[in-house]
Amino acid sequence: MKPYSVALLALLLAGCGGPSGEVSQADPSKPHSGGTLRVALDGDPQCVDPQQAGNNTALNVGRQLVDSLTDQDPVTGAIVPWLAERWEVDADSRRFTFVLRQGATFSDGAAVDAAAVKANLEGILALGARSILGSTYLAGLKRIDTPDSHTVVVEFEQSNAQFLQATSTMTLGLLSPANLALSSGERCQGQLVGSGPFVLKSFVHNQKVSLSRREDYAWGSSLAAHTGKAWLDGIEFLIIPESGVRLGSLASAQIEVNTSVAPQDEPGIEGQGLVLLTRANPGVVFNLALNESTPLFADIKVRQALNKAIDRAELQRIISRYQKPATALLATSTPLYRDFSSLLAYDPDGARRLLDEAGWQVGADGVRVKDGKRLAFRLDYWQQTPILELVQQQLKGVGIDFQLNKSTISQVTAIQAGGDFSVRFLNLTRADPDVLRTVYDARGYNINKREPGEVDRLLSESSKTLDSAKRQGLIDQASELLLRDGHAIALVELATVLAHGKKVQGLHYEASSRLQFFDTWLQP
Amino acid sequence: MRGTALYLLGRGGQALLVLWAAFSLSFVVLYALPSDPVSIMLNQSGEQSTVNQQQVAALRAQYHLDEPLAVQYGIALWHAVQLDFGNSIQSGQPVSASLAEALPKTAALALVSLAVALVLGVSLALVASLTRRRWLRDLLLGLPAVAVSLPTFWVGLLLLQWFSFGWHWFPAMGNQGFASLVLPTLTLAIPTSAVIAQVLARSLAATARLPFVDALRAKGLSPLRVLLTHVLHNAVIPILSLSGVIVGSLLAGSVVTETVFSREGVGRLAQGAVSTQDIPVVQGVVVLAALIFIAVNLLVDLLYPLLDPRIRGAAR
Repeated sequence: MKPYSVALLALLLAGCGGPSGEVSQADPSKPHSGGTLRVALDGDPQCVDPQQAGNNTALNVGRQLVDSLTDQDPVTGAIVPWLAERWEVDADSRRFTFVLRQGATFSDGAAVDAAAVKANLEGILALGARSILGSTYLAGLKRIDTPDSHTVVVEFEQSNAQFLQATSTMTLGLLSPANLALSSGERCQGQLVGSGPFVLKSFVHNQKVSLSRREDYAWGSSLAAHTGKAWLDGIEFLIIPESGVRLGSLASAQIEVNTSVAPQDEPGIEGQGLVLLTRANPGVVFNLALNESTPLFADIKVRQALNKAIDRAELQRIISRYQKPATALLATSTPLYRDFSSLLAYDPDGARRLLDEAGWQVGADGVRVKDGKRLAFRLDYWQQTPILELVQQQLKGVGIDFQLNKSTISQVTAIQAGGDFSVRFLNLTRADPDVLRTVYDARGYNINKREPGEVDRLLSESSKTLDSAKRQGLIDQASELLLRDGHAIALVELATVLAHGKKVQGLHYEASSRLQFFDTWLQP
Repeated sequence: MRGTALYLLGRGGQALLVLWAAFSLSFVVLYALPSDPVSIMLNQSGEQSTVNQQQVAALRAQYHLDEPLAVQYGIALWHAVQLDFGNSIQSGQPVSASLAEALPKTAALALVSLAVALVLGVSLALVASLTRRRWLRDLLLGLPAVAVSLPTFWVGLLLLQWFSFGWHWFPAMGNQGFASLVLPTLTLAIPTSAVIAQVLARSLAATARLPFVDALRAKGLSPLRVLLTHVLHNAVIPILSLSGVIVGSLLAGSVVTETVFSREGVGRLAQGAVSTQDIPVVQGVVVLAALIFIAVNLLVDLLYPLLDPRIRGAAR
């Protein structure tokens, strides 16, 4: 197979001065420079270092502070240039060679060069579990070479196609080498020096994070709608835990953006002349992953019956209208998504037939019985979701007693760590189909606790290639097997819903359904 | 003189015992919970964490979470004795820094609320005691029961709805400036003033039935003068005894109030730390709260004899 390479189209014309501040006020559609955007977050970011962060609030703050080697087109999923102006990936996706653009600097004046990239990747690896997302992206990193000051060669022990998409995330965003010398705790508290369009002024826990514009910024991503510095003077992320207060503050113009709209607030927002912006989170949809080391779910027929007994169209009635029932194990916004709704059809008779064949006969109370045991299993979960109760009713319809135990995150993680569970309820946001391998690979995380098989071979093959057609074929086959053999019972997609005032322009989601404010401006 | 020194020494010993008990009890409770702060941190987004198990184990070891319980307790206590509560597991911030940042904000809110609650509560009790209209007295004395039963978050949201979202008089969130203090202060003062009003009204009524009041009346003093100069003085002792409860309710109320009004403070810090089982932070907050209670109770005990000569006599 020929090496996969991307040639840079010079999307950013150097020397093309931005029209900042000189825009005629008469034209409301022309970007206006200036103003501070007040953005409500629903919780304390805890740690604002994007390399360590695991929650969306922190990732949304971090995205504004750091640039990445690449960027990802939210529409096509394609990886495009940012700090790296071009790159090459070898035939089995083990060696990645990035050529950096010249002239980019960190806000402390240090150059964004090959040594800085190497120091960052090694730093993230050294963070271990502290880099909640990065430790997965960099698993198996073997060595990093810097043949010259603007070329970086990253080599992995095994094929690692997902690494290219990972370089577009804020998690692998770059910090100044001097900044990396600080402790992880100091960086968490806001001592961050990146090369991004904004710099961090202050971070007060449970209160706000203030950013100001970097005036000499001139290396926006090739996806950006403009060149030069950002439009906004600054951004204030205000931490407002109550959803009703976020809604009222937005309606009374005390903030401009509410990043987290509660489903019950959605109808109110549309009536108040505010704008709702929504996008499905890419990655693995909310699903039930079955523990196949239990006698019950070792039986493929029982797993398949579960899948057929669920009426996903009915789930739509109780979720947000901006959220959609699953049509595959991957959400629609994931690159290489393909519709598998034919495998997710509601077929209660088929489910009953499968359970009959598996030897589970309807008992006195309507729940099926086999060898004196009832067809019952319990789910411990912590997520806020109305759908599980409905799933419970639907399963009851075919004679399955699905018991729900809503608990705390700590109790659920303890139960999962102990391995004493029948089923898990989860989703995982990632704008790369490799997320399937992250969760289901029997030789990796092995959420199903099953023996390796064909699915794992396909997933492993898919991590060896960045050839879209070839990768699509492998991901399709793996997705199909995961659904058809009932390893995962796909339910609904997760959607991010934000609301903003009418004056906010140029705000959109990036590929992972998080926010990039570089092109955002405020109408005067 | 020697008696006073011995008394203070005894109280100091008691205080240390209370601090140790608070520290140890919270330690046991936090460790009795299933799971641990590291797993919670790794799952903080609510999504599946896929960090590999060796890395998780390494991180756990950093916080001594892999040691036996007794060893962990010993390490934590040894550091706590040196006033070092370590770093937050969730945010990496030193606990002492978090507390130093949050305490002034909560103290300002609690003190202003206490002042407002005293004014409201004492006025209500006095007016209720003075009025001759029975219906008005019943109405006024019924108010505290209503005020106490109003959920704090609901009162807060209601105030926000009117005064911030509707009329734009006060900001809905933040710690900036006096304006941001008005609505949270009211929210926190209402239940506290109700407690003060109820206890004081009852105490005033009881004191007013004592024989010395009849004597004063018989001398021809006006009811207002009797109430303000003689009855009130004798009736405040129960309020003083309630100080501990009032401080406790202000601290507890700050959790809800700071959340509704998006304020930085000890309440928010505690709420966040408890929900993420962030042991060092919770321990810091617990010890701080215990210190405040000890200080308040000591102050009250020292004030009693100054206010009431009978207690002074009994103590000697």
